[in-house]
Parts: sequence; structure tokens; C-alpha cells
Amino acid sequence: MNVDTHGLSGAYAVDALTDEERAAFEAHMSTCAECPEETQGLRAAATELTYLTEVAPPAALKSAVMRDIKAVRPLPPVQDMPPAQDEPEAQPRPVTSIADAGRHRRRNPVSWLLAAAAAAILAIGGLTAWHPWDRGTSQTQVSATQQVLHAKDAQRVAKTLPQGATATVVRSKSLGKAVIITDNLPPAPAGKAYELWFQTPRGTMDPAGLMPRDSQPSQPVLLKGDAASAIAVGITIEPATGSDSPTTPPIAVLKLA
Amino acid sequence: MVHMSVVPPDDRGGATVPGNRYQPVRVGTDLGTLLRAAGRGDEAAFSALYDASSARIFGLVLRVVRDRAQSEEVTQEVFLDIWRKSARFDPALGSPLSWMMTIAHRKSVDRVRSAEASSRRETVYEAKSQERSYDVTAEAAERNINRERVRRAMGSLTDTQRGAVELAYFGGYTHTEVATMLDLPLGTAKTRIRDGLIRLRDTLGLQS
Repeated sequence: MNVDTHGLSGAYAVDALTDEERAAFEAHMSTCAECPEETQGLRAAATELTYLTEVAPPAALKSAVMRDIKAVRPLPPVQDMPPAQDEPEAQPRPVTSIADAGRHRRRNPVSWLLAAAAAAILAIGGLTAWHPWDRGTSQTQVSATQQVLHAKDAQRVAKTLPQGATATVVRSKSLGKAVIITDNLPPAPAGKAYELWFQTPRGTMDPAGLMPRDSQPSQPVLLKGDAASAIAVGITIEPATGSDSPTTPPIAVLKLA
Repeated sequence: MVHMSVVPPDDRGGATVPGNRYQPVRVGTDLGTLLRAAGRGDEAAFSALYDASSARIFGLVLRVVRDRAQSEEVTQEVFLDIWRKSARFDPALGSPLSWMMTIAHRKSVDRVRSAEASSRRETVYEAKSQERSYDVTAEAAERNINRERVRRAMGSLTDTQRGAVELAYFGGYTHTEVATMLDLPLGTAKTRIRDGLIRLRDTLGLQS
């Protein structure tokens, strides 16, 4: 057991780790007899601290939340691990089969933790955040997308779309790249696709790629082209093959600072 | 480029949650039951869940994020996330509230660690975070008791432990940032955070 890593349990419980440290700790936790339980107890302690900060939110917030959820289908309970094609082909397989561990999860939470941690470690640089309740999203999303999400200069703009869908754009000027994450966006109409656009300072719209039709909820999509100078990201509905310039009014415009 | 139209309604049909076909869950039911019911699409149960937890969640988000408008935005995202993932809550991994607060804390920290948000947050003064809900509801007395209990437990920590826990949990800082802020030797802040949380856990009589 790595004593140093073990000692991160408190910082892990209160999200005081960098992404690299979190990945290392989760890997450690999968093999540690004490850490999962300890982390749980420390999180419970931290939760008690919120008695000190209680503030009733404005009533309008509840209306907004109750309106939002009407358009969102709760995810099904976790039954199994994500399909094999979610794993990057070039990566070596962990010793324990992820799929097998997933099937045994109910009977053996430790092997499930091991599998999830192994999947997190597979991500290049260990940058992928992992949460026990987050297994519906790909744990192996890597590289450029993750670099943007974790860039020091990452800017984040979120917008709630009508009917509860949300879109979040994260842009790193230094990397010149941007990523969009949508949640609960309904499928594009038949024969159509969501096309992404960078609005330039001159006001023109540069195509930034299409949203993949089969993209998972919350899965980040890397925009094509140079994001460094863009002043906004727009989404329009276009023919499935995409357009060179927008042909419909945008369903969302996210202004970048 | 500012006009925003609604996604065509004919594409929304499949995504709408059907009405609750299960036995309604009444207010006062424990959070785990409410969460499970929410996972089946029970909006009334989720409404009760919201009522039971929103002050805890919003208060924490506000404390970390500080800016009121952003905090409301984050809180809205948190509840939407809770609704979406409700069926995935696993009681073996902690209490329902702890699960919800973990989501809330993580989202708050993500928000303040993005460069844009943190620069904006400097301009919003601390005063916002001082707000408390001095309501006179039936639960207020119980809340005061709990608050006192936690405050006393925090008082049992050493100054360094308490400072480290507060900066990490309420400040959203990493343990290395905490070390610098508290003038601690590199690598010791994580130990102070852990020791502090262990002391807090034990003083509050929580199971490990």
C-alpha cells in the first residue's frame, strides 16, 4: 500500500485533489481494504458541515427545477459496464476484465471499484474524473477533449435550453480548442443533424462540426477549427451532411467571454 | 445571432417523463425512499426530496461559488443531475444526502476552478456568503441544534485542521493550495484535512 496515496482520502472526500491525484487515489482505493469505507465516512462528516451554511434558495428555483425535470428521463439503474467499443483499442487491457467485473458488481463491490478505477487509469494522463454514479458516461474519453476540460485557462459557459436540455461550452484559448457538452438534447429530426458554429469577431459563422447522432448524454464533443478567437458557439439544425453556413435560426448561442 | 428558438416539439415526445404510475410518496418519507421513487419518474417524490435538501444544497453551493446568480445556476444543474441519476444511487456507498452533497460540492468546485468563474468570483464580495436563512419554520429549532452540534465538533479540531478543512470544503481549494495558504510544509495539508475530517466524524458519532 502506498502510504502517501492512502493519506489523500480526506482531500479526496472534499474534492481537494487535482485530476491526476484523484485518478491515482481511485486506483489505490480499488486495492485498499480501508479507503472506500474511510472515504465514505469522511464524506459523511463533510456533509454535516453543510448544517453551517444552510440557505433557502429562492422559490423560483424550485419551479425551474420541477419544470426542467419534466423533460428529462431518469437514467436506468446500472446493470452492466459500458459496451466494449467504448474502450480505446490502442490501450492495453487491465488484468481484470472490465466487463466481467461489471457483471459481478452487485456481489462484489470491490471488483467493481477496481474495474472502474482501471478504466479511469486507462485514460491518457489519468485525467478522467470518475464517480460511482457516473458510469453511464464514457470513462475513457481522452486527449484533446480532456486537455480542454482541464486546461488552466478553461472558460465555461452553460446554458439551459428550452425543455430542460442543457449545453455547456468549455474553451481554452491557449489550446485554441473548445468542447461542447449537451444533456437531454433530443435527437435531431430525421435526416437532420445539429451543427456547431464558431462565431468570429467579424460576425461570420465558421462551421465547427456536427454533433454525432449517437453521442451519449454528457459526453464532450470537440469542436472542429480554431476556437481561440471565437466570440460565441452556436447550434443549428442542418441537413445531416452539414451546411457551410447556418440555414436555420440557432437553437442556442453560447457567448464566450 | 441572438434569437433562440425552441427545439421542434415533435422531437420531444420520447424524452418526456411519464406521469407517476406508482404509489405516491408522502412528505416525511426518508430521502432514500424519495430518491428511489424519483428514479422511477415520481415527480412528487422529487419535489419532497427538493424541499428536504434544497437549503443544504443551495447553501453549500453559495458558500463555495459565492456569486448568487451562478449559485442558482449550479444548484439547478445539481438537482437536474440528481433527478437523472437517482436510480443509480447506491445505498452501499453512503447516505442519500451525502451522495447529493457530493454531487453539489463537485459541481461547485468545478465551477470555481474554471478560470472565468474564479476571476468573476473575486469581484463578488464575501458578504454574499454570510447570508443565512433565519426562517421560523417548525424545523428551524432542529436546524439550530444541528448547527450548534456541528459548530462544537468543529471547535474540537486544532486551528490548522479546521482551517484546512474549511479552505478545502468551503473554499474549494486543492490541498496544495491549502498548504500554501496556511504556510504548511508541502504535503502536510492533506494530512490535516484527513485528520480534521476523522476528528469531525468521530466527534459527531458517524460511522466510518
